[in-house]
Amino acid sequence: MPPQLKTLLPLLAVFICLFLVARHFLIPESFGKYGHYRANSMDEIAALPIHYAGKSVCVDCHDTEAAKLSSDLHSGLTCEVCHGPGAKHADDPENNKLEKPGTREFCGRCHSFNAARRTEVIHQIDIKVHNIEKENCIDCHNPHAVWEMKE
Amino acid sequence: MGNERVNETRRNFLRKSAVLAGTLLASSASQPFTAMIFAANQPDKSKPWYAIGIDIEKCIGCGMCAKACKSENDVPKEPFYYRSWVEQYILKNDGTLKVESPNGGIDGQKQSVPDEEIFKTFSVPKMCNHCEKSPCVQVCPVGATFDSPEGVVLVDDKYCIGCRYCIQACPYGCRYLHPEKKTADKCTLCYHRITKGLNPACFEVCPTGARIYGDLNDKNGVMHKFLKEHNCHVLKPNLNTGSKLFYNGLSAEVR
Repeated sequence: MPPQLKTLLPLLAVFICLFLVARHFLIPESFGKYGHYRANSMDEIAALPIHYAGKSVCVDCHDTEAAKLSSDLHSGLTCEVCHGPGAKHADDPENNKLEKPGTREFCGRCHSFNAARRTEVIHQIDIKVHNIEKENCIDCHNPHAVWEMKE
Repeated sequence: MGNERVNETRRNFLRKSAVLAGTLLASSASQPFTAMIFAANQPDKSKPWYAIGIDIEKCIGCGMCAKACKSENDVPKEPFYYRSWVEQYILKNDGTLKVESPNGGIDGQKQSVPDEEIFKTFSVPKMCNHCEKSPCVQVCPVGATFDSPEGVVLVDDKYCIGCRYCIQACPYGCRYLHPEKKTADKCTLCYHRITKGLNPACFEVCPTGARIYGDLNDKNGVMHKFLKEHNCHVLKPNLNTGSKLFYNGLSAEVR
């Protein structure tokens, strides 16, 4: 071995040691547990807060509305389709009220005529023409039991 | 003398060619190209292996899924940031195709072309395909995006350096750069919900039940039933991404 390489060998060893020490501190704790990623990040993602509580939580308090809903055409819908995310409301019902939509615009999201909607899947109307003397859909229809007409 | 040397070189050449061809053949057999419905193979049969089914025939394009996704996952409200969105495809009588997705469908879809001009129209909800051989995972230089053992493609936002390679790589356009966090963001199949036993937000609010998700390992589960009973297809099967988002009634026009 040439003598100049011999003098460089300790330096190389020091570099390798430094690299190993730096590597030890730079690589996160759970990296490589399952693969080339930080396994703990899955727990962090799983711990994110939920916003939609789910129908079973709604039914705990609003059982009469739920019973009515399941009696009619909207039975397949969950509460939060129309009322929006309800996890905060479930935690603190007094201070977090949910929306009660029922405008032509809102109901029309599903029920206005659109050639892309199959007639056998959903009832469709022309929201600009249908029973125009009333302003909102909920002035006639009860959204929990749609064919139970008001008045 | 010269003749002999040439012969030996030819023999060596043929031998090397045969070895090369054999290696190629063997490696193609180990990872064959397949457009089969089970292009995705679960690595660990003891854990759930999630797949998604979307029934285009049931989709009414109301966009509740896109709206719910934004609320559930705190996706920025301004346009162009979507984890889940709805496209309306309109094939016109003159042979042209119009694809539109106003605000990703979060405010609902409106028919923009009169009935007389339409040959065929339908809505296609889009979201991450949770590919088994994800192009986005392959390009990540730091290991910030990965396939979870359940087959869900996730992003580690503490580790992501925001280089945008994955956004370029996704053939389905399912990723965006989060404008505040400056990291890549995408559909997690509501990982924080499914691990708690809840449905993902877009599945929770779908009024017609056009979306289902389930465990491919469960031979009696909803996903197996869906795949058996419907004529399912994945997007861009030619890319061999091992997509686990199966569409029923998918037209060839959908890209």
